[in-house]
Amino acid sequence: MLDLPVLSVLTWTPLLGACLLLMTGERRSAVFHERLAFFFALVHLFFSLVLFKRFDTTIAGMQFVEFADWLPELDIHYALGVDGLSLPLILLTSFITVLVILGARPGIKSRLPGYYAAFLMMESMITGVFCATDSILFYMFFEAMLIPMFLIIGIWGGANRLYATVKFFLYTFLGSVFLLLSLIYMHLVAQEAGLSNTFSMATFAGTLFNMTEQKWLFFALLFAFAIKIPMWPVHTWLPDAHTEAPTGGSVILAAVLLKMGGYGFLRFILPVVPDAAAAYAEVVIALSLVAVVYIGFVALVQKDMKRLIAYSSVAHMGFVTLGFFLIFALMKNNRIESAMMSLQGALVQQISHGFISAALFFGIGVLYDRMHSRKIADYGGVANVMPWFSALFVLFAMANCGLPGTSGFVGEFFVILSGFQASIVTSVLAATTLILSAAYTLWLVKRVIYGEVVQKEVATLKDITWREGVILSSLAVFVLGLGFWPQPLVNCMQASGSLLLNQATQSKL
Amino acid sequence: MLETMTFKGLLLTPEVFLSVGISLVLLLAAFAKKGTQAMVPLFAQAIVGITGLLCLASFNIQSHELWMGMLLQDQTTSLIKVLLCLLTVITISFSRHYVRNRAFMQGEYWVLMMFSLLGMMVLVASQHLLALYLGVEIMALPLYAMVSMCRDNSLNAEAGMKYFVMGALSSGMLLYGISMLYGATGTVGIPEISDILSDADPQMMHIAMFGLVFIMVAVAFKFGAVPFHMWLPDVYQGAPTTVTLFIGSVTKVAAVGMAYRLLHDLLPELSDTWQLMLAGMAVLSLVLGNIVAIAQTNAKRMLAYSAISHIGFLFLAMLGSGGDNLGIYLFYVLVYALTAQGAFGVLTILSGEGGEIETIKDLRGLGKRRPFVAFMMMLFMFSLIGVPPTAGFYAKFLILQSLLENGLWLLALIAVIFSVIGAFYYLRIIKSMYFEEAELVFDPRIPLDAGCALTLTGALVLALGIMPTPIWALLQRLV
Repeated sequence: MLDLPVLSVLTWTPLLGACLLLMTGERRSAVFHERLAFFFALVHLFFSLVLFKRFDTTIAGMQFVEFADWLPELDIHYALGVDGLSLPLILLTSFITVLVILGARPGIKSRLPGYYAAFLMMESMITGVFCATDSILFYMFFEAMLIPMFLIIGIWGGANRLYATVKFFLYTFLGSVFLLLSLIYMHLVAQEAGLSNTFSMATFAGTLFNMTEQKWLFFALLFAFAIKIPMWPVHTWLPDAHTEAPTGGSVILAAVLLKMGGYGFLRFILPVVPDAAAAYAEVVIALSLVAVVYIGFVALVQKDMKRLIAYSSVAHMGFVTLGFFLIFALMKNNRIESAMMSLQGALVQQISHGFISAALFFGIGVLYDRMHSRKIADYGGVANVMPWFSALFVLFAMANCGLPGTSGFVGEFFVILSGFQASIVTSVLAATTLILSAAYTLWLVKRVIYGEVVQKEVATLKDITWREGVILSSLAVFVLGLGFWPQPLVNCMQASGSLLLNQATQSKL
Repeated sequence: MLETMTFKGLLLTPEVFLSVGISLVLLLAAFAKKGTQAMVPLFAQAIVGITGLLCLASFNIQSHELWMGMLLQDQTTSLIKVLLCLLTVITISFSRHYVRNRAFMQGEYWVLMMFSLLGMMVLVASQHLLALYLGVEIMALPLYAMVSMCRDNSLNAEAGMKYFVMGALSSGMLLYGISMLYGATGTVGIPEISDILSDADPQMMHIAMFGLVFIMVAVAFKFGAVPFHMWLPDVYQGAPTTVTLFIGSVTKVAAVGMAYRLLHDLLPELSDTWQLMLAGMAVLSLVLGNIVAIAQTNAKRMLAYSAISHIGFLFLAMLGSGGDNLGIYLFYVLVYALTAQGAFGVLTILSGEGGEIETIKDLRGLGKRRPFVAFMMMLFMFSLIGVPPTAGFYAKFLILQSLLENGLWLLALIAVIFSVIGAFYYLRIIKSMYFEEAELVFDPRIPLDAGCALTLTGALVLALGIMPTPIWALLQRLV
């Protein structure tokens, strides 16, 4: 057990499950498929908990390192490892996938084994993205993940799914080819400098790039990850993809896939091109503020519940990029502690958004399965017939507004607080999110949950089943848990976070 | 003396064996009874397979010049010959069923295909411009006949005519270019010309340059690079799918061999000039191929424009420092040929029993009806886009790396942007297979050997994407 290459097991187990599911085909019953998929998801969760247990929070570098030759001629290696930045994301992935598989069955009726297989495949790829320490391995997972997601939206999605899924694929593919070019370029520079293992992320962080190179690399990488995270103005694929994806697809997309963009910032931008990042920090901060404020207003006018939450995701992910780049503004004023706080805020916000957005999409999924409508106007007075559901949904809505005591509060508060040290204007603009997100989320709650029952379909709604109850309440536990006691998460990221901060603030010129 | 003679003669064994085999196939086809006719393709396949093994056996023999320096036998040519034979074997598996259900000249079809293969083997081994020309013609003439196999079909006849006229024109160009080089240097041996040109006076270089232009046009015609691509979509669409399969995969490998001989071996002195021409045509091919493909509704025609765009990529691989990236473009063309073979193979299998499956609409609902075939087709499409973990990714990766190494970042940028645009039409096929409901109930039986061929190509495309090391190491050793 101790010698087991945990990360490889973690990465490939779900893929094995997916293959088994595809091989059994539609001959077996839906229950059988569900159990099989659930088993593999649980195995993944088990191993990620083992990882968490054995993880040493005092070490900043990579742990559980695996290294093997893969394409030695091209200097590409099979290299895995986790640190404090990736571990929480792996746990999040495991947990959310278990819930997605648990929540699939009543809603998804056709091609069930394929559906489970696609999600297990995704889990494999996403784990790979967060474990890979070789950039080409990272890129392979990063790209390969597009295939199952493309199919999930395209096969099981809503009415306009074809448009949405092609848009999703092309948008993200456009971003990733720029990533590929940057990776090759960085590799060539590292090779010229006589370094070894020239596709490794650690090598990139240690390679000296001059300012011109950094500038080009910064914009190419920013473009790649800004699409993924997504930032204004390249966010337009997200509302479409979210809206048309099946519930499980929206959940994974919001909870985990967007985090891959944020993770890219942590691995490829902050430590690799710190000078360009510092020089253009204002640009990113401005874009993030546009996301927070403008997208907040856009969310306000949405008529479709899923679209509203999708826009709210863009706004909340704006906080992540804001937190990442505030550190440069803060370091100019020599405020190291605030910079650390801002980085931590952004990291906590990533995880917290994972839980909250997953919960909200699950909630909307519960309603959609019953009413087959995402229109806000079709609802009203749900609280009268679905009290349990309404209680949980209101909790998640509150978390989305950033109410103290929920996980949504911690990250945003850290970022806003540290923002005051950098510039009052930035901070005040960022703080408008507290008003805006309260406005669109609570208005949504008012129109959907409260009020009189107007539509007669609503009157016949049944409250959540045990299955839905388990999913939503386990998410509620995490949302509240992180809100009251974020310490374990913060501890986990502390050492690696300060290492990252050092790298990001050390000039390479 | 006698010993070396026999030894050298042995090196020609694959070609000799294939020629004898072709005659036997022809005899078998002419005299076999109705019942044994079905054996003809299997027999042909066996002969091509053994030829491939013979080429493989001569792989480790030192390089030799044969027939007074007309042909060259070295590792590179052996390897290309092995690839040609392997791809032809797979082609025969894919096409056997299709051909049997059509009103083709049964025996002759396989004989023509084998003759064309023989031509390619001569072409890639040639060390002498006339031998090269001979190879080109032996390769091309049977293809003209194969393209117009269904004489009753007007599209077919049109494609054959177009292919013939264009092919004849390009042969003329090639001959004209050769004659210029001959006029300038007084010889037609490839190494000799290259030697003479290495310290030639400017006047001779001018004539050689003039010759290069014509040779370049001929090469571009054979590949179908823009602006010499006009024949390609019509031929791909008009020809029987099995012939498209053959032209779309096997001849591309041969064309790479030809380009290598004519550009790298023959005219290294003019490499700056021809690299510029290649770069220009590469960009045009990428742009036109990818954009026009979007508008296509016929899958064969779409794959034709996709072929044009991949030729653009291939030309990019030929840029950069001298000939040291032969490995890259051999890898690229191998991956492309396998993938194209798979994609056309799927169309062939599906139209096995008489009905033609050619439009993208015809593929609707394939994901439900034939999950395995659809999955394979999806794999090929993602490989053509260049998404990992398929082989197409590494092919693209290697080219981008070589471009950036040579500081050609603008070309790299153009290449990636157009590969994103190109992704759109490949996705349409996947969309049609998986996201749309079936309209057609036409569902042929898939013969065992075609199924095996499909599995093999799919497995290779995936294996080369996950573990390209063995092949890549081999290709690098050649250079």
